[in-house]
Amino acid sequence: MPANRFNGYTDYGIGIGLRVPHYQHILERKPVVDWFEIISENYMVDGGRPLSILDQILERYQVVQHGVSMYFGSAEPLNREHLRRLKALVKRTKTPWLTDHLCWGSVDGRYTHDLLPMPYTFEAAAVTARKIREARDFLEVPIAVENVSSYAEFHVSEMTEWEFLNEVAEQADCGVLLDVNNIYVSSRNHNFDACEYVDNVPAERVAQIHIAGHSKFQKYILDTHDHPVIDPVWKLYELAIRRVGPTATLLEWDDRIPSFDEVHAEALKAERYVEVAAVAKC
Amino acid sequence: MLTLMELQKRVATAVMSPLTHADEIASRTVDGQPMRALATELIKPNDRLTSLERLGIYNRQYWFRVLDSLYEDFPGLCAILGPNAFHRLCRAYLTDCPSQSFTLRNLGARLDSWLREHPEFGGRNLTLARDMIHLEWAHIEAFDNSALSPIGPDDLRDLGPRLRLTLQPYISLLELRYPVDDLRIRVNAASEDHGAASNAMIQDRSRGARPRFNRVPPERIFLAVHRLGFSVYYRRLEPQEFHVLEALRRGDPIGEAIESSFKTNTTKLQDLQVIKGMIEGWFATWAEMGWLCRYHESEPKKERDNDHNIKAA
Repeated sequence: MPANRFNGYTDYGIGIGLRVPHYQHILERKPVVDWFEIISENYMVDGGRPLSILDQILERYQVVQHGVSMYFGSAEPLNREHLRRLKALVKRTKTPWLTDHLCWGSVDGRYTHDLLPMPYTFEAAAVTARKIREARDFLEVPIAVENVSSYAEFHVSEMTEWEFLNEVAEQADCGVLLDVNNIYVSSRNHNFDACEYVDNVPAERVAQIHIAGHSKFQKYILDTHDHPVIDPVWKLYELAIRRVGPTATLLEWDDRIPSFDEVHAEALKAERYVEVAAVAKC
Repeated sequence: MLTLMELQKRVATAVMSPLTHADEIASRTVDGQPMRALATELIKPNDRLTSLERLGIYNRQYWFRVLDSLYEDFPGLCAILGPNAFHRLCRAYLTDCPSQSFTLRNLGARLDSWLREHPEFGGRNLTLARDMIHLEWAHIEAFDNSALSPIGPDDLRDLGPRLRLTLQPYISLLELRYPVDDLRIRVNAASEDHGAASNAMIQDRSRGARPRFNRVPPERIFLAVHRLGFSVYYRRLEPQEFHVLEALRRGDPIGEAIESSFKTNTTKLQDLQVIKGMIEGWFATWAEMGWLCRYHESEPKKERDNDHNIKAA
């Protein structure tokens, strides 16, 4: 299960997001890390420090690209300039697979720079799947889409979120980046059973898993990536990894970022579940 | 049933509509629709939040994110206008000019042209504010624009008057009416990391205290905004030095670039020796800093923008 056609038949372990506050530590100390995930848009530039740092990282580490603004779910066509720059970066990093979100965020050429929730309709699934296929054909790399945290649901929805995820993944024949923290956040915001979601993901398509922390407010939970992973999310991770098998896993920590060692140690907590799942599969 | 496009247009209009002064969702969208009715029609409530409150989460996150981006990229402008006036300017600018790029890096690209059309947001410091915008946009360009293979000091021996050179795409040449380089350095010389982008939500805006500038005396300056070792620098230029560089970037041959920059009838032989030494020194410095590149005929000649002198690559 871990090495499949949606993650380029790789068997990556536990990774962390490459973030600016850790650059110096990584380049000077050269810590042992299975892999780094980069935010593609941060490196889709023409030159300067971002690309110089990336090239140094690529000399030593495996890197996977994760995007935040492809907006497969937007009704408007894919942005060709975005795709062209993304392809140049794909060639640079040789990422074995590429991820972005199952969401929308632009309309009429205006960008919200947010991950807006999809209406779970058959029309939206068809539009999204077609755009994923177009992007994959152009980029020539497997694509996996990530379920997002959401704070609103639309009246027009015709299915559950996990049914929508299955519908899109099936029609696009793409992979899934399963974010168990996002499942937890959305389950609390929308009153559904997170375990039922995990039980219904297309396990054979899961290319990667995300774990992260979040922030609780009185009436809702926000996906802030600024805390350690809480126990209920680890339990969901355990459930997912038992179902899917040991899968490339990445910890996201994007705000109030602690030391590299603290972030890495938090990510490595996933190992205990991966090992149990690996034994169970034998 | 609404099509996907129709739904997204309506939601985007609501999400991108300005917040109230208390940072809450407004009663009407930017195009005058009642916000509550729109939210109720499109979004399910739950046992804790109304439809409007759920829409409001996205509305706030949108504004916090784009405002944060401008606060990060234009701290000098904020210091000139003051936080309240800067906040008003940002809200008005983003309402008129929402992002048209997949990256927040380009969010301020239209700020100068917008301010030119809306001078009331610059107040009595309009010229100073526009100079600072030129500098801060040039800073962004210097940070991550491409670099061409430079010619080295040894290559200078081969230079002749007919040869054309060009400048690194990351260099901006600015002719300014105020010493905004000094002001910007005082504000925050270290805001060079434009790498923050993720899918995480923003909880609050960090708008730390910044210095304020009142009654800045005008001073005409010529500036190159460039980078060395991946750090951005502001280098003051002599007027003639600036004009030679501009001419080279336009694609003028070296001889013409120099001649056009030293147009005077009173030049004496003695002066010519001084000028020759000065020009040799400039070229040596530029070559050492890697500013000069070989010119390719396919490059379009860059015309001078008479309104302002940002030479974006």
